[in-house]
Amino acid sequence: MSAVVTDHEHEHHDHKPAGIKRWLYTTNHKDIGTMYLVFALIMFFIGGAMAMVIRAELFQPGMQFVEPNFFNQMTTVHGLIMVFGAVMPAFTGLANWMIPMMIGAPDMALPRMNNWSFWILPFAFLILLMSLFMPGGGPSFGWTFYAPLSTTYSGDSTALFVFSVHIMGISSIMGAINVIVTIFNLRAPGMTWMKMPLFVWTWLITAFLLIMVMPVLAGVVTMVLTDKYFGTSFFDAAGGGDPVLFQHIFWFFGHPEVYIMILPAFGIVSSIVPTFARKPLFGYASMVYATSSIALLSFLVWAHHMFTTGMPVAGALFFMYCTMLIAVPTGVKVFNWVATMWRGAMTFEVPMMFALAFIVLFTIGGFSGLMLAITPADFQYHDTYFVVAHFHYVLVTGAVFSIIAAAYYWLPKWTGHMYDEKLGQWHFWCSLISVNMLFFPMHFVGLAGMPRRIPDYALQFADFNAFISIGGFLFGASQLIFVWVLVKCARGGEKATAQVWEGAEGLEWEVPSPAPYHTFETPPVIK
Amino acid sequence: MTKTRSLRWSLPTLLLAATVDATDMPLNMTKGVTEISQQVYDLHMTIFWICCAIGAVVFGIMFWSIVRHRKARGVQPAQFHESTKVEILWTAIPVLILIVMAIPATKTLIAMEDTTEADVTVLVTGSQWKWHYKYLDNDIEFYSLLATPKEQIINRFAKEENYLLEVDRPLVIPTGKKVRFLMTSDDVIHSWWVPAFAVKKDANPGFINEAWTRVDEPGVYRGQCAELCGKDHGFMPIVVIAKSPADYEQWVNGEAERIAKAKAEEQELLAMNMSMEELMSVGARTYTAYCAACHQPNGEGLPGIFPALKGSAMALEDMPGHINIVLNGKAGTAMQAYAKQLSLKEIAAVITYERNAWGNNTGELVQAADVHAVMQGKGE
Repeated sequence: MSAVVTDHEHEHHDHKPAGIKRWLYTTNHKDIGTMYLVFALIMFFIGGAMAMVIRAELFQPGMQFVEPNFFNQMTTVHGLIMVFGAVMPAFTGLANWMIPMMIGAPDMALPRMNNWSFWILPFAFLILLMSLFMPGGGPSFGWTFYAPLSTTYSGDSTALFVFSVHIMGISSIMGAINVIVTIFNLRAPGMTWMKMPLFVWTWLITAFLLIMVMPVLAGVVTMVLTDKYFGTSFFDAAGGGDPVLFQHIFWFFGHPEVYIMILPAFGIVSSIVPTFARKPLFGYASMVYATSSIALLSFLVWAHHMFTTGMPVAGALFFMYCTMLIAVPTGVKVFNWVATMWRGAMTFEVPMMFALAFIVLFTIGGFSGLMLAITPADFQYHDTYFVVAHFHYVLVTGAVFSIIAAAYYWLPKWTGHMYDEKLGQWHFWCSLISVNMLFFPMHFVGLAGMPRRIPDYALQFADFNAFISIGGFLFGASQLIFVWVLVKCARGGEKATAQVWEGAEGLEWEVPSPAPYHTFETPPVIK
Repeated sequence: MTKTRSLRWSLPTLLLAATVDATDMPLNMTKGVTEISQQVYDLHMTIFWICCAIGAVVFGIMFWSIVRHRKARGVQPAQFHESTKVEILWTAIPVLILIVMAIPATKTLIAMEDTTEADVTVLVTGSQWKWHYKYLDNDIEFYSLLATPKEQIINRFAKEENYLLEVDRPLVIPTGKKVRFLMTSDDVIHSWWVPAFAVKKDANPGFINEAWTRVDEPGVYRGQCAELCGKDHGFMPIVVIAKSPADYEQWVNGEAERIAKAKAEEQELLAMNMSMEELMSVGARTYTAYCAACHQPNGEGLPGIFPALKGSAMALEDMPGHINIVLNGKAGTAMQAYAKQLSLKEIAAVITYERNAWGNNTGELVQAADVHAVMQGKGE
């Protein structure tokens, strides 16, 4: 060991191995953050391609392109990839890049684990994607894999699916532990809890949600595995089990999971809006408390996904009231953002445009969520396209738009170049129009009675579905502009200053652009 | 609507889809035909207008701010960033709105869950991919299958008005009576949904759920399975015909007669031998309706999910085993028991068909009596 140390006595400050080894062996939070983000983008396009298959089949009534079994594989794997492969890794990538810089830390607290938590991820998705080529195809029971469809009645790809979800879960848990340990231990002196940027706060709360619920997911997939292959009957009434038990366990994971995908988005928007309004965030403390209450409430509402499974009236009422209650802290957040804009001096660069679209469209998703909370009405909405519209508004125009906003916001810090503003505006407007063509009509289709997860539909839904599909293809194509912007910005462009944006405040804007390979080796002074 | 239609037709049609003019789609939830469905509709509209009002205020302020408070107008940003008074206000107001909303929702929910004092009770059983209805007050039971021909689905024939929303034998219920539904399933979870009644309830295997409706208007009401239940989830519709009590009574009597007649025919059949041609033609029809969804029209199955019949040891050699699996199904797989779903004649015919189609040329005939023997435990 001592020989190694002497070999490196004159190590350069920015020393890193060249080529592929840099990326394989790296423990640098910026490299790992970049890998997470690139991985998420690739997954976004793979999952998106599957959505295109779905929309092509639904373009007209009748079966045209794919078989119903393959259609079900597409809806299933699309969901799994977008949730676990695109949105969650993108947020982890942003956490890796930004949290150490925002709290004045030199790196993440557990850098080797950081490397590992990224590098197991590609294998998880390789396994999942490979399962599509098995005899009988990949998982086809929906991303929610309700038993007994996923146990007794599933194909043998289920084993691969379970293994793959386990690896994703391990990766998420390690990432979450790293975030928590970093924030607790590596804050620069003077960076007190109530001085932390909201992105750090929201991610800290997200990380706690992750370590609480990912083991629940691991438990439920293991029960599916043993029910299918080892003769247990957790979910089989014939052996004393209960298929509805599956849904309780799944949604006990699943509902906090929804907030895992939206809390960091709240942090991003809370960073961007004050910058471009040139005015401090309104109600910082209430934002922290609202985020915490949303996280706590998220453990008390899981059964609102299950109103039709047949639960006692008292149970249904409890879950209805708790779900309605979530609207209160969520509303507080939206009001705070609007109050931040009020009497500011706003400019409308691309990150701000995506953040503003987020506020409006996420709120629309919140409204449909409030409607879904009303149990008697939920009986009509449940498992229709109304639900599909709802969760795509919160996940695409919510989570994904916030990630895109974050990418535009911090790209100059990452690359040292300004992105092409004109192309970025094109990307924004094309995305905004097409995403609403895609998801807004789904509300009407659902209210008119079209169930979700069907490969073919009654004739009355034909016109709307054709329109929705066109919106889908346009939204998919619009994201190619994003790739163009990213590549162009990585290769060159106008040099970015350290502060980048006129109104930007925070430690990440005090280091040069691009941020040096190592930042804050000595802690910064916090005013 | 005209805009979407013109967009649809102006696109180059890479499709074989039949060019049927779509019936217009309603843009809102149905008011339905029951008191409960009307209440549900009212709740839906109330919460919808509350959301619209909140949206108008919040987005209104936001857009006002976007227009007025922009740097391009040379404004100086204010620096305020806190107000406990305002924070309390915009926490308290939503809480009040929600309480007002929760009261009628609670009332309706309690009414929906009260399944006592029913006049008619129907046991609804879902299975891949059909519904079974059993009237617990009479001796009536039957399966209800999708009636849309395969040729319409694969775009060979023009699609008709009730495409994918039509069944061979609809559920019939009396108007003005409280009808209780008991829901269960033979395999995976299904969900029985008729929008016009605002009834959607999961059919869970091994458990029984309850729901009820009281329909005032005679008519035909259509719905679909709402819970993903495997490959043909999109192809198991529900049709309910509500008849006046007198017409309903007449229907019940007719059904009882039909069932008695079918039983008598079955007895006669045991002494008869059917010809190969007849068995093959009945068999082909039965196979298409009941077997082809999994084992495929060409008998090759779907590798890894549904086994092939073409060239399989069971279809070529083991005849008692073949009859047995069709009658009783195979536990722990998607293979259902058909003893109660099909007549002896149909079972005999479909087994004959499977043993002689697609190059499975065994030349063997299976007669109703052979099936009956296995059923009685004598054929092993």
